[in-house]
Amino acid sequence: MQIIVYGTINSLILVFMSAGFALAYSVSRVPNFTHGALYVLGGYLNWMLLNHFGVHYSLSILISTFSVTAFGWLIYQLFVIRVRGMQLSEILVTFAIALAILEFLRWHGLRGSTFVLPSFYNGTINIFGVIVDYQRVFVMIAAISIVIALYLFTHYTKIGLGLRAIAQNERAALLLGINSDRSAALALGLGSALAALAGITIFPLGNINVATGYDVLILAISVCICGGLGSWKGTVIAAFVLGFAQTAVVHFIAPQFGILVSLIAVILILIFKPSGLYGQQKDLEERV
Amino acid sequence: MNKDLLLRVENLNKSFGGVKAVRSMNLDLFKGDILGIIGPNGSGKTTLLNLITGFITKDSGKVTFSSRDITHWPAHKIADAGLVRTFQIVRPYSSFATYKNLIPPLFSPRNRRTARGRLGDRDAVAIDILEEVGFERESAVIHKLAGTLPLGYLKRLELARCLAMNPELLCCDEVFSGLSMAEIASMVPLLERLRRNGITIIMVEHRLRELFKIANRLIVMNFGEKIADGIPHEVMKKDEVRKAYLGEESAL
Amino acid sequence: MGNEILKRKERLDRGVKVRTDTVYAVSSWQEIFFLLAPRLVLVVGLLSAPLIAPNLYWQKVICILGVFALLSLGFDFLSHFVGLVSLGGALFIGVGGYISGICNHYFDLPIALSIPMGTLLGAILCTLILLPTLPLRGVYFAIVTFVYPLMIERAICAADVLGGTDGITGLTMFGNIWFSQYIILGVVLFSTFGLRKLVNEDIGMVFRGVKDNDQAIRASGINITLYKALAVFISALMGCFGGAYLTHLYGWVGVSLLATDFSIFPLVATAVGGPSTLVGSLIGCIILVPISETLRAFGSLRIVMYSIILIFFIAYWREGLLNWLIRKYEQSEHWTRV
Repeated sequence: MQIIVYGTINSLILVFMSAGFALAYSVSRVPNFTHGALYVLGGYLNWMLLNHFGVHYSLSILISTFSVTAFGWLIYQLFVIRVRGMQLSEILVTFAIALAILEFLRWHGLRGSTFVLPSFYNGTINIFGVIVDYQRVFVMIAAISIVIALYLFTHYTKIGLGLRAIAQNERAALLLGINSDRSAALALGLGSALAALAGITIFPLGNINVATGYDVLILAISVCICGGLGSWKGTVIAAFVLGFAQTAVVHFIAPQFGILVSLIAVILILIFKPSGLYGQQKDLEERV
Repeated sequence: MNKDLLLRVENLNKSFGGVKAVRSMNLDLFKGDILGIIGPNGSGKTTLLNLITGFITKDSGKVTFSSRDITHWPAHKIADAGLVRTFQIVRPYSSFATYKNLIPPLFSPRNRRTARGRLGDRDAVAIDILEEVGFERESAVIHKLAGTLPLGYLKRLELARCLAMNPELLCCDEVFSGLSMAEIASMVPLLERLRRNGITIIMVEHRLRELFKIANRLIVMNFGEKIADGIPHEVMKKDEVRKAYLGEESAL
Repeated sequence: MGNEILKRKERLDRGVKVRTDTVYAVSSWQEIFFLLAPRLVLVVGLLSAPLIAPNLYWQKVICILGVFALLSLGFDFLSHFVGLVSLGGALFIGVGGYISGICNHYFDLPIALSIPMGTLLGAILCTLILLPTLPLRGVYFAIVTFVYPLMIERAICAADVLGGTDGITGLTMFGNIWFSQYIILGVVLFSTFGLRKLVNEDIGMVFRGVKDNDQAIRASGINITLYKALAVFISALMGCFGGAYLTHLYGWVGVSLLATDFSIFPLVATAVGGPSTLVGSLIGCIILVPISETLRAFGSLRIVMYSIILIFFIAYWREGLLNWLIRKYEQSEHWTRV
């Protein structure tokens, strides 16, 4: 029973972590390697606002999310836009930005137990006989809400539908007057926001450190590849598969090997079904 | 099996999502034929070509080439066996000089198995092949970057790339498209010469008049199905063919 | 007609421009010199560097320069000629280093054997683990090369094998600093000129075709995965040699060989020096390694600086130093009399 509950929590955490990357990629086709860095940045800014400026928690969450979103949008306008279309350069640029952010934070001293974010609400709750703290419950609720919100957004609002159109068929969307550059900027901005929110919500479960930045990037990419780059259903399902697999490994083998699960999963998928579990037809042509 | 049978396609099927692009396709091709495949847009002609040459996976069906079952072979293996194709959207190696575009096919295992391939100077062989398709040996065009060539030259380069593979079966995907009448007129003798040299040719085409000058057999496709198969003159008289091209009312 | 002597500007390489891809119609010693000079400067400069270096510290820097140069060469080749962006220089260095260290430590093999083993076995292993990504397009290769070194580092620390976080110490070192410098410089020069020749050979055309137009390569009967694997193998050979060399330069191997440092440096060196030129990455290293060594005290901040430099070069000066220099050199003019 414990495994089921922890597995679900873990899977939902993965969903939350991957949402931003999946959204940004499916719309703009830019693999946003800064995802993990923005995640950490969100948590760190939140911590700074709380501890150095004494801002109230809910306000600091808003400010840090907004700042990171603006930062993500800025990165796009200053750098990514200049290499848009050349996928290999996009990777290099976003990768370099991620390194710049993360290593700067590392130099700044972001490690150890000083950087801890408090839970939104203290206390625990009993779920099917397993004790779960409220923060984890928040994470689960947040993850589910985000998935629902994104679904509603991309299916029922004009802007959201525009994003979905570009994700499915860029040329056709362009013909309909949907601005590709602005959609990409929006998608990357939203992706950054989601990354920051994920960091802010999930960091209270542990402490803020730089290694998490790399981990989150790897996890998000793994989930998206396994689910199929560009497929929402696939991403969620893959998150659950990986989440449970990870929980099982951590429980039965050893905690440190958890993240190796994602690497093995990616390699297996690339060998057997490169377009991912629910990859679109388009991605099949990725196979040379 | 008939010794002259080069290619046999049995019951080929392919769907994309809900759309059936090719249904129950059957076709026999004999050595020395020039087979034209025509049909309205969206009838599945290029898909058929992609299926035969291994660039798209098949849903079901069987393809036999020179008595070998190539149904599940990857594209490069099929090309290696002598079944080559041109691409509808012509893309050369744009960063290479024109004659260097022929180096990769000359370097392929198929050529390295022959004496010609072991002769060393592929540059010279490349220029020879370019001359065969109509480039002038001494001209500067041969050394220009392939990305700067106009369409007529690019089409010839495509053919040259295929010829460099020493093919048995050449599949041309709309090789006449985008060319002027004069350019096409100069390509027809080239194709006939290839046929006389022993190469069998399949041509997916829209330019019917030019195609009829050289094709000795014709297949008409509509909505993924073969609706006619035979000699060009007779095929074009058929009602189904007229309906497909000109609309219901004309089949009177 | 007046009696004035008119002067005009004339390009230095006016005669030399009469040439095709492979044949230079040179007609004078002057022109031969014009073409050879840059290459000579490079070769002579590199080979005399160990003699000019003021002390042991700088001689070690030359050794490290060599290692980074090999990595950067491999990177330039793989990403700009074959189209596979490798974000995992650390993978090659780490695998090569560890295998060499294992041979030396657990099997008591001498350097003369452990370095070649590290190089060869390392390259084979790296190619094998990267194999699943090769039939697919660029992104996957980049992602996986980035993930592998991090994973291997975690695995080693978590399972506490191969020395765990402390690494394996007490390995045989090179006896002589001169030997270590010249051997790496030799390998670097050999690799540079070797790769330059390779990409202009027929097989090089196939490699470049993989980047330019993979559909056409498939249509030409060539097994694209095989050639990608070959290219990765070549690049891995260079990187693994660097790792094996580094292991015996310092006498120990540890997880620091898998550091992100090694992954980002080739990217910056190539971007700065000039992408697609091979020699450009070498020049990028020559510029950046000494600078980076003097800034060693800054720790992680160096990576930040590399990243920022990389971003600006890719986004705003894609040409890089060498390409710009080549243009200027070939366009350089002198006054002549009319």
